[in-house]
Amino acid sequence: MTTGTTSPAATRSLGQPGTLVVALLLALFLAAFLVIPVMTVMVAAFQPKGGGGFTLINFVDFFANDLFRRSFWNSVYVAAMSVLLATLFAVPLAYFTTRFDFRGAAIVQTLGIIPLIMPPFAGAVAMQLLFGRNGTINLLLDQAFGFRIPFMEGLNGVIFVEAVHYFPFILINLSAALNAIDRTMEEAAQNLGCSGFRLFRRIVFPLAMPGYVAGASLVFIKVFDDLATPLLLNVKDMLAPQAYLRITSVGLTDPMGYVISVILIVASLVAMYLSTLALKGKDYATVQRGGGGLSRRALGPMDALLAYGMITLVLLLVLAPHVGLLLLSLATIWSFSPLPDAYTLAHYARVFSDSGQYIWNTLLYAGLAGLIDVVIGTAIAYLVLRTRTWGARWLDAVAMAALAVPGVVLGIGFLRTYFGVTLPSGQSLAAFWGMIVLALAIRRLPYALRASMAGLQQVSASLEEAAQNLGATRGRTVRRIVLPLMTGAIAAGFVTSFATAAVELSATMMLVQSSNDAPLAYGLYVFMQSPAGRGAGAALGVIAVVIVGISTYISNRIVERDRAGRAGAPGH
Amino acid sequence: MPLTRRLAMIVAAGLALPTPGHAQAPTGKLTIVTSFSKEVTDPFKAAFEKAYPGTNVDIQNRNTNAGVKFVDETKANNPVDLFWASAPDAFEVLKAKGLLEAYKPKAEGVPEKIGQFPIHDPAGFYSGFAASGYGIMWNTRYVAAQKLPEPKEWQDLATAPYFDHISMAAPSRSGTTHLTLEAILQTAGWDKGWGIIKAFSGNLRSITERSFGVPDAVNSGQVGYGIVIDFFAFSAQGAGFPVKFVYPSLSTIVPANIGVVKNAPNAAAAKAFVDFILSEPGQAILFDPKIRRLPVRTASYAKAPEGLPNPFEFKWVADAKFDVEKSEKRFAVVDALYDQLVTFQHDALKAATKAIHEADAAIAKKPNAEAAKLVAEARALIAAMPVTEADAAGPDLAAAFKGAGGKDKAPRQAELEQAWASFAKEKYAAAQAKAEAAVKAAK
Repeated sequence: MTTGTTSPAATRSLGQPGTLVVALLLALFLAAFLVIPVMTVMVAAFQPKGGGGFTLINFVDFFANDLFRRSFWNSVYVAAMSVLLATLFAVPLAYFTTRFDFRGAAIVQTLGIIPLIMPPFAGAVAMQLLFGRNGTINLLLDQAFGFRIPFMEGLNGVIFVEAVHYFPFILINLSAALNAIDRTMEEAAQNLGCSGFRLFRRIVFPLAMPGYVAGASLVFIKVFDDLATPLLLNVKDMLAPQAYLRITSVGLTDPMGYVISVILIVASLVAMYLSTLALKGKDYATVQRGGGGLSRRALGPMDALLAYGMITLVLLLVLAPHVGLLLLSLATIWSFSPLPDAYTLAHYARVFSDSGQYIWNTLLYAGLAGLIDVVIGTAIAYLVLRTRTWGARWLDAVAMAALAVPGVVLGIGFLRTYFGVTLPSGQSLAAFWGMIVLALAIRRLPYALRASMAGLQQVSASLEEAAQNLGATRGRTVRRIVLPLMTGAIAAGFVTSFATAAVELSATMMLVQSSNDAPLAYGLYVFMQSPAGRGAGAALGVIAVVIVGISTYISNRIVERDRAGRAGAPGH
Repeated sequence: MPLTRRLAMIVAAGLALPTPGHAQAPTGKLTIVTSFSKEVTDPFKAAFEKAYPGTNVDIQNRNTNAGVKFVDETKANNPVDLFWASAPDAFEVLKAKGLLEAYKPKAEGVPEKIGQFPIHDPAGFYSGFAASGYGIMWNTRYVAAQKLPEPKEWQDLATAPYFDHISMAAPSRSGTTHLTLEAILQTAGWDKGWGIIKAFSGNLRSITERSFGVPDAVNSGQVGYGIVIDFFAFSAQGAGFPVKFVYPSLSTIVPANIGVVKNAPNAAAAKAFVDFILSEPGQAILFDPKIRRLPVRTASYAKAPEGLPNPFEFKWVADAKFDVEKSEKRFAVVDALYDQLVTFQHDALKAATKAIHEADAAIAKKPNAEAAKLVAEARALIAAMPVTEADAAGPDLAAAFKGAGGKDKAPRQAELEQAWASFAKEKYAAAQAKAEAAVKAAK
């Protein structure tokens, strides 16, 4: 048993000095691949225009500017409202699939993560063709009733799209948390006459708070820092698009883009800190994990109808963009009409004939990045929550800051830091495909980290103390007690990191140096730059979704089986 | 085997390059950074590899900005042979940073200028390989369904029927949009030109951050009209989309370019590629229905497909007055002005424009002198500029944009931008109020 489990760096420690070494290694990793590359670029924020010296005048300019102030508040508003709407999507899905005898729970959980995989460009076109002003729904509405619904307009449009896109963060983390709650708590409440919504509100949801907060804070920060959606909807007065527009203009040497990036990072860290305050001073740990089948309740016929209806509705809504993507990939021409003119498989033929390497590369890169993320995420979570290692909190904060670093900044930083380093083969280190993996791992580390944190918060430290009292070393305790109890959270972290890494483009675009090393998102970008490539790009997008979907399903099944196995074992 | 292969090589090279004197045929890997899509690059890659057996073209597809940054960041150990993109400004940036190597292509039959615009960089750092004009494309289904007119001139786009139906890329994000606006400014004059630009900008539905976002939106019918570079429309037609295209008379035509990167690892192959792309077979590839770009080699038009215009036969009005030096001097200022006055104040500008359209409609129904006067004042308010033509190319703004500022009194770019933005906001609000008053007066 001991040999079969993955052992992150933390497990090697045999005592206090050991944890210190682990902390040091983690700090080194973050410094080499996040702090230093990003600083080489961001330093421009603290320099007068044209370089040289140190100044804070750029920050004065930021706050003196109407547009930037307006952008800041718009971003805060949109992020907060998106959390609210995403919660409405996620909670029913999570609750029904984890608490009831629910047919197809694994499928619902898998479908629930798919919105997270919105392939760049192709997803945007599909969204417009469905929900846009002249998309399927509005064209049909206009024909039948003579009015349109502005789904995709202004800040409210951004909130709608962001919530559809990112609610899986809450779904995944909340589901993992719900699965980890000691069911006897609920049974006790039920025995005392509590049921229905009150049971959920007073017992279940509060105990799952760490998972919910982990998901909600990810949604908040991700939306706050997201630029793809506002740009897709042509909303420019938000912070992330402002930073992006300034950093990526040809020949522009303007510090303001980097100033905005610094503000984004600081704001994200503040949001992170506030979310830890929400959990402060409460104990979410339960000694027993999950538990037997007793608490998986059966749904009454009416309730079942309601639950299935609600879930179907939510899924239809959040998966609509992917249905649009599928249609686009099968369409000949689709222009100003509710549905495509005709259907063809030609796009798939084209993609399979000359893009096979993209698929393999994506699996390899995103898979490795996901693995790195769960190892590092778990290690940091352990250091923060279970040891008094000096600076562990800082590791957490720095790793989370990656969420707010624009991908293009990280990409340029990697080139700047590592292009001069040559490998023995004479190739530049920055041209090595492994650098793409590291960039992806850094960008998606926050997801796995939040998931691990939430998972470990729900594990009672008394179990570890018991193990250590019985003579187990710290390493053995982590391996035999902590990690098995965190399986659900680790899987959730892996799935989110993997799925989102599979469609990352902005850092990848800077780092890809040969189409043989390119992942799928890059191939998709290449296709989506011409009218004739639209269908092929969509086909590649569908393939990305299918790959991630299958991987997610498999990992969900593993978690299910693992839980079922442990639940079956008698005695705790 | 080696003999036949060499023979084939000589034959192929001879076909591709009528000019003799290739002592050594290039071989090996040729790395090209480009913003062009696969549809454009694949046929060239295939044809070049066939003409020069032993070469292997590696295409690195990046958007123009990422490409420029990449070449800049990797210059210490440059892995790139060629930079291949549309936007002339990107090449100017590379040239200014000393990242390009001068090369004079051997190809014959390419005139020196198209209109007034030199096809190859006069200093020889990059070469034009295809001509592109800017114009208006529209979705015929959209236009038919909404009973909208077909445009001919930029000014048409400023009229009421087009309100909220047009898309354009921001000039700060698209070098070609920038040149279109610059052409309008130079032919109509600074103040009048901005008047035209702001008048049709008030009708825009979206100002996109990437050039391809515009044809994408027109192709899928999200907007009716797009201000685009010609081949976006031609290649969309080639792919079967229901779109049409027109060149307004106040347009300019500019070359799309290719340049050899300094310290290229395979300079011989890079130069051969430039020559190939300008040769007869290379230029003919541009007619591929999925590419549809206009060759710079005049003789190639003999075999042009139906419907593709010959830009050498056009009279490009704008070119007659196009002053390249003036354009370069105020490049960044024009971009920043457009962003601050239009892109980031678009809601206010649209509201004022809408009010003016309503006032016009009211006056058309019931003529009223006072209302007409108010509308004229509103139009003047929208057209008003915070910067004069002389200042735009003057030393103060140049210093602010280059970053020589920071010294006392010299304004910083951020301060200027804030001042321009509040100027625009105030003027647009006043214009809206006047136009609304005009509606009342005309009723």
